Amino acid sequence: MSDIDYILRAGARAKGKRPDFLGDPSSERMLSILLAVVGEVSVLKERLDTVERLLDSKGTISRADIEKYQPDRDAAYQRGLMTKEYIARVMRGVQQEMEAMQTDEKPVADISVDLRDN
Amino acid sequence: MKREDVPPPYTAVTRHEVFPTPTHDEAARFNFLTAFNKYLSGVVGPGNKLAYEKRVLPAFRAEHQRDPKDRFEIRHAMNKDPWHRFWSACKRNSMEMRQQNGRSMVLRQLEALDAKAREFNADRPTLELNPSVATPRYQNAVDIHCMPGSYHGEERPGDVSAGANYDCGIFATTAGGLGALSDGGGQALVEWIKRERPGWTPKRILDVGCTIGHNIVPLALAFPETEIIAIDTAAPVLRYGHARAQALGAKNLKFIQMNAEDLSRFPDGHFDWVQTTMFLHELSGKALPQIIREGVRVLAPGGLMLHLEQPQYSDEMPLYEQFIRDWDAFNNNEPFWSAMHAMDLKKVIEAAGLPRSSQFVTGVRAVVDPTVFPVAASGEKEDHGRAAVWNAYGAWKPQS
Ligand SMILES: C[S@@+](CC[C@H](N)C(=O)[O-])C[C@H]1O[C@@H](n2cnc3c(N)ncnc32)[C@H](O)[C@@H]1O
Repeated sequence: MSDIDYILRAGARAKGKRPDFLGDPSSERMLSILLAVVGEVSVLKERLDTVERLLDSKGTISRADIEKYQPDRDAAYQRGLMTKEYIARVMRGVQQEMEAMQTDEKPVADISVDLRDN
Repeated sequence: MKREDVPPPYTAVTRHEVFPTPTHDEAARFNFLTAFNKYLSGVVGPGNKLAYEKRVLPAFRAEHQRDPKDRFEIRHAMNKDPWHRFWSACKRNSMEMRQQNGRSMVLRQLEALDAKAREFNADRPTLELNPSVATPRYQNAVDIHCMPGSYHGEERPGDVSAGANYDCGIFATTAGGLGALSDGGGQALVEWIKRERPGWTPKRILDVGCTIGHNIVPLALAFPETEIIAIDTAAPVLRYGHARAQALGAKNLKFIQMNAEDLSRFPDGHFDWVQTTMFLHELSGKALPQIIREGVRVLAPGGLMLHLEQPQYSDEMPLYEQFIRDWDAFNNNEPFWSAMHAMDLKKVIEAAGLPRSSQFVTGVRAVVDPTVFPVAASGEKEDHGRAAVWNAYGAWKPQS
């Protein structure tokens, strides 16, 4: 263990003014916290997958087995697919906002009036 | 689902002897970031263009009665668009998370990494550090691509933290596009020269701004008889890079801490190959031509000058593409990126003494093991500015 506070130093800020993306600092912070949690859930899912695969193949596991685990090509693909699906679920709103830009829709209330009257 | 639509796992990265050892979860964090980056560029990246065409451009035209005249006007307009802003915020966070994960992995085992590097570095004539080399102003202005401490920062004196962090995370930033040793660019140069000049063995090669030597080690291994010198101003990346090169068996490669603006240590015509890879965009308007001039001076008649970079902006490149290629410049601490890509490199190389008739430009795509690593996407789904697809701006120095 080195004498530096690696946890604190790992999260150090990079020099250079950070752009204002979202218009207010709290939203900025909320997004960074949320994305960190999103990342950690992904890590947990992958770890669980490792545990399941080791149990399938050996019937028993140790922490050392988990640390050593290297997926073969098929397992790597399945795990990559799992992460891809997971991200797509998390980012659904963003995908749909992008799709919405492709159309020019009127409010459902207008359609409602139209259907009532015609 | 095609295999190449799913990125390779972090465990596919080669762990050479000085590579930091990831825990299961650190590898999984990089896997997440790799997939997330791929999602941001590939799946929702095209949304930026949509936002531009559907609403930002029409609004601009309505307000100004004309089209945007340059990439800056597009950027100012796009920076007001909520979709683009949110996308940018995600991309910036992804980079910050990559830095934190890489640094955490490196700093918790820094003692062991430094010790390992010392084993390879102590008393070797192939590593020459010079503490009197100052960090150039353009390297000090901000922490380049949000790496806390940039290339030259140390967490403790004499450490390799910057180099190790750079090495372990580049896989995630480029979604695996550079291959197992993140050296797909250097491997491409080897393939290119073997095609271009079969049978040629350069006597001496100079690699300028080598960082940890990702793209010079393949040349050193391909030309074991060649004397190769790699220079950089930052000691931490040189310490790590030298140890890494030794571990990979590149013994004909010497790392020297030196500022490329002044190569007076080398006589005229000393090298028959002078190159930079992904380097020119991190300089300044004054330093770039000076470094090219010095490079031309130390290049022998008949020798090769080569600069690998993302494509330059030109009048043929649509303004929107220029704008999106500029993203890292303003959002990922690359302050010279935008100006550099707008420079007329051919003119700069010509002014340094290599006439247009000796120059060439050629496309280069990362060479990776395609059974494991993705072949870099280009076009609409490309991760602009980071894709493993470059241009080589080169010249063969005339004989007299
Ligand atoms: C983007 S990196 C280069 C990447 C590297 N060539 C590769 O292919 O992996 C830029 C590097 O140039 C170094 N550098 C910047 N200015 C320099 C100068 N004037 N002389 C020598 N090295 C310099 C930095 O320390 C940094 O390591």
